[in-house]
Amino acid sequence: MSQMLCSEPSAAACGRTLDVSLGPQHPSTHGVFRMNVTLEGETVVKLQPVFGYLHRNHEKIAEGNSWLAAMPYTDRLDYICPLTNNWAYALAVEKLTGIEVAERAEYLRVIVGELTRLQNHVAFLGFVMGDMGAWGSALMYAFREREKILDLFESLTGARMMCNYMRFGGCRCDLPPGWLETCKAFVESVPAFLDEMDALLTGNEILLARLQGVAPLSADRAINGGLSGPVLRASGVDYDIRKVDSYGIYNRFKFRVPRGTVGDCYDRFMLRFLEARESVEILKQAIAGLPGGPIINPKAKNRGLRPPVGEAYGRIEGPKGELGFYLISDGTDRPARLRIRPPSLINLTLLEELCVGTKIADVMVILGSIDIVLGEVDR
Amino acid sequence: MTTAIFEKLQKTFPEAGIELVNNPSPSGQHSLLVPAAQARKVAEFLRDDPEFRLDYASNVSGVDNPPKKLKETVTRKEVVEGVEKEVKETVEREVPGYLEAVYHLYSISKKHGPVVLRMRTGDRDKDVALPSLTPVWKSADFQEREVFDLFGIRFAGHPDLRRLLMWDEFVDHPMRKDYVAPDDCDYEPTPHGEILARVQARGAAAGEVA
Repeated sequence: MSQMLCSEPSAAACGRTLDVSLGPQHPSTHGVFRMNVTLEGETVVKLQPVFGYLHRNHEKIAEGNSWLAAMPYTDRLDYICPLTNNWAYALAVEKLTGIEVAERAEYLRVIVGELTRLQNHVAFLGFVMGDMGAWGSALMYAFREREKILDLFESLTGARMMCNYMRFGGCRCDLPPGWLETCKAFVESVPAFLDEMDALLTGNEILLARLQGVAPLSADRAINGGLSGPVLRASGVDYDIRKVDSYGIYNRFKFRVPRGTVGDCYDRFMLRFLEARESVEILKQAIAGLPGGPIINPKAKNRGLRPPVGEAYGRIEGPKGELGFYLISDGTDRPARLRIRPPSLINLTLLEELCVGTKIADVMVILGSIDIVLGEVDR
Repeated sequence: MTTAIFEKLQKTFPEAGIELVNNPSPSGQHSLLVPAAQARKVAEFLRDDPEFRLDYASNVSGVDNPPKKLKETVTRKEVVEGVEKEVKETVEREVPGYLEAVYHLYSISKKHGPVVLRMRTGDRDKDVALPSLTPVWKSADFQEREVFDLFGIRFAGHPDLRRLLMWDEFVDHPMRKDYVAPDDCDYEPTPHGEILARVQARGAAAGEVA
């Protein structure tokens, strides 16, 4: 409708805005997530995310179970990265109780943790291409590599995705025969794959047009908005919890922390590439340095654990950002409070700010570049 | 770290009544208990103070502390059959429950943390208002909505305090310790009976046999 016909100045009153409910069933929302978008033409003027379609209240379930029984539930938060979820929970409980972790288990945790990061970032590259409309090829290339990592997880833990691998003070089981050699051969093949993806994608003119300059984010806003992980570093903030807290044994490895400059979608996209390459470096060092010995601290109690009264907040650098667990113990065998700090949810805090003023087609790319999993957003 | 911040806060806000809450756990993460009336001022101070620069509010959690019955043994003197004796008596005292909002703060520029900031409500059945810290740290936005949704703390000054995970018509706060989940048999999120009646009426009007 032309501006001349409008007596009211507001676009809504003229019927020039359109409300679109994107989701909960929408291929680009990565699960059951809804955005109520108000459009003026093709431009987004308002965006309200709607959560809760996958809400199971893990935090409440955990209060009714033993401390150990919360471990398999953590697999189901961010189901793309079960092993880092295990790690974050184990780390928080170890903080709460003061349990020491066995040396070999620390290395195993780094190996499976970095494999998880690798497969998350590789899958991300495929998903974000799908969000841009390049459905299929890139995702299949990515999933081919991810499948190799899931095979490694399966032979180690018995499950591809619901691994339930870590225990307080160590890990559940040791490497099966030949696992390390297979893993080493795979890790050595990853840079060639990343080069292939790089050649396939990053020079592409359409990809550059869709990503560069879309939804830039300043470092100050990213910090105030609580963003974490690759999304925070894409805005140029030098903050990697592996370096800052050096939890586990990360201070023993040499790796770099890649950073973006302007924090647009292209920076967020490229950061995953660079982080995957650093993960390969860490993996090589961890595989070479893996010591013998027990995989779990023999003094650590898992079943019937009763942590002393008190509270602890433990966090790790998950593939999607800062994954933390805030635990309160009242001295019984059940958590008095178990709070999950979900990076996927908190990274969406600035979604509206990023999307307003862009075109509707960019909303999918912006959401894709943040990288969320709804199992973790809604918990 | 927390002790140093506590001392500085005591100097800066001598009247505020900020307390240091000891944490006996091996984690050693002690927390600062800030009275609700002063919380916004203290939060802004912590964010902007050049020494601490707690620019990153990582995690916001709700905690429910239901009312407790404390049993205390009281000794009092009583004259029994003309002889003064010490009588021990157990007295039950009820401590009212309260809700807590716990903020885990970090500094990205100084790379330290966590500093734990807590606020407590009054009686959790009547007085559940706390100031929102979303204007100080935007990251608290969704998390305070979640705490409101699941615990029922009303954050005054929050820009958009709606339920986050449960649906808008939901009435209770499921993370409270005394929450009782409804019996699944009786439970209908949408009034199914009404809709069924409407559909049947439409069918009957169109001449369909039910």
